[in-house]
Amino acid sequence: MLRTKSKTGLVFFPAFDWAISSTHPEREERLLYTQDQVFEEGLLDIDGIIEFKPDLATIQDIRRVHFSYPDEMSIATESHLISAGGAKTIGIQVLEKNIDRGFALVRPPGHHAMRVVHGARGFCNINIEAIMIEYLRQAYGVDRVAVVDTDCHHGDGTQDIYWHDPDTLFISIHQDGRTLYPGTGFHYEIGGPTAPGRTINIPLPPRTSEEGFLFTLDNAILPILEEFKPDIIVNSAGQDNHYTDPITNMNFCAQGYAELTRRLEPDIAVLEGGYSIEGALPYVNVGIIMAMAGLDYSNVKEPDYHPEKIRQSPDTTRYIEKVVREVMDVWNRGTDMRERSLAGKKFADRERTIFYDTDNILETQKETIRVCPDCSGVLRIDSETDRGRRIFAVHIPRKACRECRETGYQWYDSVDIRKYNQAILQDRPEDQYLVRTG
Amino acid sequence: MIIGLGVGGTHTDVVLIGEDCILRETKVPTDHSNLFDCVWKGLEEVTQDVPPESIRRAVLSTTLTTNAIAEGKMVETGMIVSAGPGIDPGSFRTGSHYYCVSGSIDHRGREIQPVNAQEIENVASRLLAEDVRQVGVVGKFSVRNPKHEIQIRDILGNRFENVVLGHRLSGNLSFPRRIATAYLNAAVYPIHSKFFQAVHNSLKKKGLNIPIYVLKADGGTMSLEASLHMPGQTILSGPAASVMGALPFASDTEETLVLDIGGTTTDMAILIRRVPLLDPVGCELGGYKTLIRSLHTHSIGLGGDSTVRIVNGSLKIGPDRQGPAMAYGGPAPTPTDALFVLGKATNGNMEASMRGIRNLADQLGISSEDTAHLIFDQACHEILAAAATMIEGINSKPVYTVQEVLEGHQVRPREILVLGGPAPFFAFRLASLTDFQVHVVPQWHVANAIGAALAKNTSEVTLFADTERGIVVAPEEEFYQTVKRDFDKKTAVGLAFELLRKKCLKEGAAETELEMEVLEEVQFNMVRDYYTSGRNIRVKVQIKPGLIPEYRDIAERLFNFCPLPGAT
Ligand SMILES: [Zn+2]
Ligand SMILES: [Zn+2]
Repeated sequence: MLRTKSKTGLVFFPAFDWAISSTHPEREERLLYTQDQVFEEGLLDIDGIIEFKPDLATIQDIRRVHFSYPDEMSIATESHLISAGGAKTIGIQVLEKNIDRGFALVRPPGHHAMRVVHGARGFCNINIEAIMIEYLRQAYGVDRVAVVDTDCHHGDGTQDIYWHDPDTLFISIHQDGRTLYPGTGFHYEIGGPTAPGRTINIPLPPRTSEEGFLFTLDNAILPILEEFKPDIIVNSAGQDNHYTDPITNMNFCAQGYAELTRRLEPDIAVLEGGYSIEGALPYVNVGIIMAMAGLDYSNVKEPDYHPEKIRQSPDTTRYIEKVVREVMDVWNRGTDMRERSLAGKKFADRERTIFYDTDNILETQKETIRVCPDCSGVLRIDSETDRGRRIFAVHIPRKACRECRETGYQWYDSVDIRKYNQAILQDRPEDQYLVRTG
Repeated sequence: MIIGLGVGGTHTDVVLIGEDCILRETKVPTDHSNLFDCVWKGLEEVTQDVPPESIRRAVLSTTLTTNAIAEGKMVETGMIVSAGPGIDPGSFRTGSHYYCVSGSIDHRGREIQPVNAQEIENVASRLLAEDVRQVGVVGKFSVRNPKHEIQIRDILGNRFENVVLGHRLSGNLSFPRRIATAYLNAAVYPIHSKFFQAVHNSLKKKGLNIPIYVLKADGGTMSLEASLHMPGQTILSGPAASVMGALPFASDTEETLVLDIGGTTTDMAILIRRVPLLDPVGCELGGYKTLIRSLHTHSIGLGGDSTVRIVNGSLKIGPDRQGPAMAYGGPAPTPTDALFVLGKATNGNMEASMRGIRNLADQLGISSEDTAHLIFDQACHEILAAAATMIEGINSKPVYTVQEVLEGHQVRPREILVLGGPAPFFAFRLASLTDFQVHVVPQWHVANAIGAALAKNTSEVTLFADTERGIVVAPEEEFYQTVKRDFDKKTAVGLAFELLRKKCLKEGAAETELEMEVLEEVQFNMVRDYYTSGRNIRVKVQIKPGLIPEYRDIAERLFNFCPLPGAT
């Protein structure tokens, strides 16, 4: 009889009655064939694989992560609450030690959702990994977390949320932003002034195959994780690097995804993208579940899998070796960079525009962080959309020092509310969320 | 008149039920080494002097296949399994005659790799050389496209006594369960058919040309002829019979917990407004997880004859049974002995019970009476705790749509029906320990026979259509056709109902039993390259399990026992 090596939890939530629109890649049909394959393989009957019903994430869970305008339920549908809740369920079961590791095979995804949310971008409304992580920090006192985003698209939302957090290591491996949405994730994007080197971007060239992914894993991701020593590793397990994915250009495969999962050993995996719903997802998901459980996946292959046809070119291999060298350089300089930025200005600004492609909204943000020697620094964001909505948001980080807390409240209390639709204060140490309406 | 027969662990109960009441009932000791004799004896007793033409049907619930599987007394069975990519099919090995062959079908039913005829020919020769007469053939995703299983059967030809095809057994997905189910059906085929042929022939010889039905694990009946093709469906019909026997007395507006407190075990089941709750996938027996439709039941090793002992200073009841209660000559104290000490039971050796309970009391340092109370209450609490766990399991079953998550119906029984030997005593105590309405099932001592007698036919049809591929398939019904692009969910449901109707009539159902309902109907828009390319439709319909309509309201009448002249 089959028995897993590690007790593995699974939340399966295919949201068979939810779609962005009827022909959108994020539609009812997306996980239909995955369900068929998972059921037919009998994975849920295997001794040591336990299926859980997803919890619903709460408004409070979202408020630990996001500034949602006008409010949470205008941004997130019930389906989002279930997919974030499903990730949370797995996290809870791992922290309660009911399972060794777990996979939230849920939709809709979340890794493009940033700290401020005015609408949907890249099929994402709320960041389901961040919501889970901040819940686990609040409920279980988890401290150091590593997020390894293996979706083909740069996880710009997760990057944004953890840009200033030295306790969260965010590593994204993705197709080069010059060739794919969202067009970011270059190796020089390394994190804010209080957390430089805690954001690691590994842009890979189109047509990277198994060899390139595993090389990057072994020579960059694993050594970095080894040094960072996270309490938990979260894998944003997008599956759109697959050679059959219709919206990307990579050459990864089910065997590769399973092998990557086996070597990475994430505590929690959360499904992100992946739109080859017939040719990839059924096999990749089975491969990931089996790899997490420590089962033999050597026969999990796509029917049309021919490794020699999708093998990367020697040029690609050389290019990837160069990217990995650059990445390791960023990582190795992290401590120096932090010291240097502390010696600089007391406050640092960042200005940028964010496009919500799904909802067609353009947002302009001006962000100011206190470059604090005692904590990761209080943060304020002035955010305005092309629809004339403007919010003022203050984030007091989880381990804020007294001065940063006081600064945060002073910013919030003294803001000229007439200029804004809302002023919001996210007080993480007190787990509070305050709103003033203009 | 209807005959109901239920083979139990110690007794075989037979009832003859008329329009208004139980006409006859009889108990025959069960002889597991010669089931036929005790079944035959029971049938003879209740039919004595009854004109054969007045007997409408006889329904049998036996332990034949259940015991054969639980005790591993099955015949050598060959399995031919084709998997394709995925988990190594060797993991699901059923025995020494297990052959993995090439051939593969994908999740949409497309052929990925063909069957290799020569390979099958070689397996056939080996099976014949190994003297194997029963064969199961199972392919991954065969319920989406049964072509390979059929091809393999055709190659095997008529060289074997019986060939079971996986896709005919259930429309549900689960390759490992399909393998186990095909294996069990093939492996109990000879013992099942031999037994029922004997019953059939003996009745015929006696001039009793009564239609014979067999009770299934889902609490429904099927004709003897139909059961020959699917003997596996008859496993676990024992617990199902008791639940069906409790059914007439259940509330038709509430949810009910049924407790069958026997000698060795307590079996529990749930009724939703008088309809038994089914297991979502299939039952589990003797370590085999199957696709056999069955009631959702749970069994714990705690009954009237469970051994009571002191472990680390506290009472422990069961899970073993060493024999009957000491009151009936058994070797160790039991909950039944506690009932004797409490003066609730009387017709046995009270002295022996006292002796057994006193021994436990001395170890605990309390009085015998307190000990007896303690045993009895602990038994009640453990039964309730197990029921709560079962209900929790039912309520935490994952669902896959937003609507189901938000609506999330929760099973919350308000009523308990108790049957089995110590039922009246337990009912009384359970009522005082809980907020439940607690009732004892009238005629509980023959509830299994009554349940068998009154159960109606149940069937299920699973239908799958893929209009992009232009196919519709109902695997269990051997139905495989092409469809046009405009085939939709409504048409699919209609077709499924039509197939279900045909199936039931073939299995011996009466027109009045055909209360059909939809269990599942989903339609997915298939989109390729941003354009709708077809529909993926999944439909499951069933005959609602329950009692044959004419007897649905027999409850009040069953309180009566009006013996026929000449009855024993
Ligand atoms: Zn993606
Ligand atoms: Zn500070």
